[in-house]
Amino acid sequence: MAKVLMKGNEAIGEAAIRAGCKNYFAYPITPQSEVAEYLVKRLPEEGGVFLQGESEVAVGYMIFGASGAGERVMTTSSSPGISLMSEAISYIAAAQCPAVFVNIMRGGPGLGGILPSQGDYFQATKGGGHGDYRLLVLAPDGVQEAVEMTMQAFGLAEKYRNPVMVLGDGMIGQMMEPVEFPDDLKSEPSNKDDWATNGMATRKSKKRNLVKSLFLDPTELNQNNLILKAKYEQMRKEEVQFELYNADTDYQVMITSYGTMSRVCRTAIDMLKKEGIEVAMFRPKTLFPFPEQEVHDAAIKESCKSVISIEMSMGQMVEDVQRCVMGKRPVEFYGECGGEIPSPEKIIEIIKTLVK
Amino acid sequence: MGKTFSKPNVLSQNYTHYCPGCTHGIVHRLVAEAIDELDIQDRTVGIAPVGCAVMAYNYFDCDFQEAAHGRAPAMATGIKRVRPDLIVFTYQGDGDLASIGMGEIIHAANRGEKFTVIFINNAIYGMTGGQMAPTTMPGQRATTAPTGRDTDQTGMPIRMANLLGELVTPGYVTRQAVLKPQQVNKAKKAIKKAFQYQVEGKCFSFVEVVSTCPTNWGMTPLNALKWAEETLLPYYELGDYKTPEE
Repeated sequence: MAKVLMKGNEAIGEAAIRAGCKNYFAYPITPQSEVAEYLVKRLPEEGGVFLQGESEVAVGYMIFGASGAGERVMTTSSSPGISLMSEAISYIAAAQCPAVFVNIMRGGPGLGGILPSQGDYFQATKGGGHGDYRLLVLAPDGVQEAVEMTMQAFGLAEKYRNPVMVLGDGMIGQMMEPVEFPDDLKSEPSNKDDWATNGMATRKSKKRNLVKSLFLDPTELNQNNLILKAKYEQMRKEEVQFELYNADTDYQVMITSYGTMSRVCRTAIDMLKKEGIEVAMFRPKTLFPFPEQEVHDAAIKESCKSVISIEMSMGQMVEDVQRCVMGKRPVEFYGECGGEIPSPEKIIEIIKTLVK
Repeated sequence: MGKTFSKPNVLSQNYTHYCPGCTHGIVHRLVAEAIDELDIQDRTVGIAPVGCAVMAYNYFDCDFQEAAHGRAPAMATGIKRVRPDLIVFTYQGDGDLASIGMGEIIHAANRGEKFTVIFINNAIYGMTGGQMAPTTMPGQRATTAPTGRDTDQTGMPIRMANLLGELVTPGYVTRQAVLKPQQVNKAKKAIKKAFQYQVEGKCFSFVEVVSTCPTNWGMTPLNALKWAEETLLPYYELGDYKTPEE
């Protein structure tokens, strides 16, 4: 189909519908309220369900209920809202239900601000809620990827029976770009007979299904956590996505960056190239599973003297980068997180201090 | 001679974990009878709470989801909105529903969500070991009110049926008890009616059931029934607080 000009938040709503999701529960929060404002009009046209919950806490469990009943379901929120939903996300992961959460990050901690940030990397990739669980986390760098990743998220959530988070930021939510909605990313819901609580009448076996996260027997709880662990290992093998930029050169510095920040870095890299300074960028598109081996391999290229993680945070992804580089190259960090996005000129200045 | 009384089909064969003298067993049976009589087992989804009834799913042979503390009405909302053909009920205690889940129950009721809530009010937290609940009576002892509930500090007990009965949105809200056989018969009718309204797609339905907790009250089962009759019922008056026909 032809490209259309859309605001990121609205495009995410449309992408969910195009992916085959007809159920959306949400609570408004800046800078992503336009998703709800878009879907309240679009979902009835598609025969779908829209409900504004009384709080993010309640919305988290509306998602859990709908997902447990075997229906495709999504919510969108922003940082403080995701904190409130984190309780439910832990339960959904434990009960092995598929659901899609979109986090359009804003500055924090606390109420923070309403401008773009990447301060929720730890929350998204290391937990947020309690217990041993992981989310599959997709990080788009613009409206087109936000559309594609939102569409992919439903199939991935069902493949793993696990919550998937699309981790964007306020810039991606608020900006307008031309987008197209790929037909090949629409997926069919997987068979839910074995687990969904959609009524015994729906299945041939007449076996009742149970969605739960309580395992009082320590052996059973351990067993459930081993099942979850095996899924996360499978994600590590099968779902890693990343982009390498300007990496076929003898780059002296490798930037690691993701999302909106990576676009600024790309501009800086192009400008540096004109000055004869070659810099590559490694952009993880999945933050979990993190491209561990690939980051390591790109960092230890002979020409590469240092690695710098550039983020709209005070230093979060950098910890994963350091872990993967394993001390074989110095890993630096630069970040801002007040809501203003560092400029290409600022990135160039930082890089030049590294190549001196 | 034919069988005149038997276990409801939807009740499983499992022994329950409830304490001797606890009335959860009676209410479970009433819910099961209603599901059997309305012939809805195959399309019913129950939501278990956090609290003594957390393992209710072990006692009902129908689809079940387990909620976090207080969130059962939000989960039920999620299920019922995406699958209106299912019959959805939550089974919650007073700590779960009247304390941590107060927001969820009020808003679900006020939206007129078309599911059924069975609310067990035994004026104390059971599973966590007898702490004060929002429903604990003035002067009633609890582990976190060792000298008795001080209403200057904690306010008066919350009457959930009265509170929900005040909502403008149509619904069926009733308070029943299971302390005497006559009350059990009335509670059965109320519970069946609550499910019937849902089957007819009519309204939110809520049955509060005044119950006992001999273990955490520190009483024999018989004394617990007597104490509930004398202390709880004057404050938690039985009867309908809202009917959809109003």
